[in-house]
Amino acid sequence: MASVTRLDPAARPAAVSPLLVVDDIVKSFETPEGVVTAVDHISFDVAPGEFLAVIGPSGCGKSTLFNVIGGLLDGYDGRVTVAGETVKGPHASIGMVFQEESTFPWRTVTDNVAFPLEIAGMAKAQRIERAKHFIDLVGLHGFEKRYPAELSGGMRQRVAIARTLASEPKILLMDEPFGALDEQTRLLLGDKVLQIQHELKQTCLLITHNITEAVQLADRVLVMTYRPGKLKRMVPIELPRPRSSEIVSSDAFGRYVAQIWGDLREEASRGMRDDEAHRGGAS
Amino acid sequence: MIARAQRSFLPFALGAGTLVALIAIIEALIRVGVINRFIVPMPSQIAGAFERVILEEDIPHRFLVTAREAFWATMLLALVGVSIGVLLHRVKLLRDATETWVAAMASAPTVLMYPLFLVIFGRSERTIIMMGFVAGLPAVILKTIEGLAGTRRVLIDVGRSFKLSQTQLFWKIYFPAALPTIFVGLRLGMIFALINIVGVEFLINFGGLGQLINDLAERYDLPGTYASICFVVLVSVVFFFLTDRIERWLRPAD
Repeated sequence: MASVTRLDPAARPAAVSPLLVVDDIVKSFETPEGVVTAVDHISFDVAPGEFLAVIGPSGCGKSTLFNVIGGLLDGYDGRVTVAGETVKGPHASIGMVFQEESTFPWRTVTDNVAFPLEIAGMAKAQRIERAKHFIDLVGLHGFEKRYPAELSGGMRQRVAIARTLASEPKILLMDEPFGALDEQTRLLLGDKVLQIQHELKQTCLLITHNITEAVQLADRVLVMTYRPGKLKRMVPIELPRPRSSEIVSSDAFGRYVAQIWGDLREEASRGMRDDEAHRGGAS
Repeated sequence: MIARAQRSFLPFALGAGTLVALIAIIEALIRVGVINRFIVPMPSQIAGAFERVILEEDIPHRFLVTAREAFWATMLLALVGVSIGVLLHRVKLLRDATETWVAAMASAPTVLMYPLFLVIFGRSERTIIMMGFVAGLPAVILKTIEGLAGTRRVLIDVGRSFKLSQTQLFWKIYFPAALPTIFVGLRLGMIFALINIVGVEFLINFGGLGQLINDLAERYDLPGTYASICFVVLVSVVFFFLTDRIERWLRPAD
């Protein structure tokens, strides 16, 4: 299939004005080997309440895209808008969940989750009450006074999600949040994210390299090419909602996984060859 | 519960047992003549000298004088040393220009500069405090820089994603993240400061325990000298305990 850089209009939800618009983003980096284009003319949009997953092989510019949309990276061409407002730097409407473990080790679960409320100047009693709501939402009731070191990796990532949700962002932007977890925990946390999204009607954008995770969670999956990262295909996932991890055993789920793997395989192979050549393994 | 108590008791028992065994070995070596008893007094003689130095040499007062000097030197280290470390971390040009010199200063025998400090501050506690402060300063500066520079990128990104100002980023993320390393620097600085404080008290024959050690050594009262050295160790233990408490209060998770 030929690479495309523009979203197929048929794959957009009709008659809904998008909450997030990513318009023709190009981001390049200066490296000792020359200029490397990480993201190349990527455009897509996300409707309110929609769950979009961006998937691609390692090195396709997924994390660059995450940082651009989150406002942590500047010096790019194109435009990112949230509800019509251009994103210039970190934006209150976008809540970020990072791939790396990002809880504050010196704060309890409650203090971690209450962090954005504390920054916003909310009174202590009120923010503790509010934090408790989000702690319950991610299923960590009873762990309020624990420190991150006393929790498992999956629990810590749930604390990070609760902390981001506490800032009540319009868009939950996640960069491989379960990347460091085992497959079973990943599936179960996927259930938790689905439940939260369903309850809050939360607009979500997930960056991932895991096909199962993308199909389990998303309404649409955007497949990226290997470097430079372009939009290869947008796959609408027409599986019924509400979903749970049980859906992974269905035939339809398997067909979506196979379809996306078909797109990704060529890109992942290209990435692997490039990596081997870079390390001097190719003659 | 019992297993937990055993786990915490065991290291203490091992440490105390090792110390007692070492003291017994030294006592035995001196008694059989392997170590000259005119150079190193027997531990039993040192133990016997404690009551005498406490009653006759006004140890509590001298202990407090040395502890007070160590306290002010540590306060200066915390205020000035940490502030300089923060400044050097924030201003890269300054850091690149001075970090090597600060590191070189860490290995310099600053105690030899005591005549200069005597000229500036006179034969007073201020000289002793400043000598202690100067000796501990490089460790505090370098460890503060190391702690701040070691703050994980993702924690800073979390702060940026919540739109923290530079001041908020420092107080909410950089500083608590760097605290364990800053406290390592403070403890190291305190050790260097205390060594210099007692050393300068000894050299200028002024102040607390260092002056007493000088007096007793000149009187060739070796058991008394070693008993006084034990009180210097006690000052160090007290300060370690206090800094540990402060660190636990600031970062209870550790």
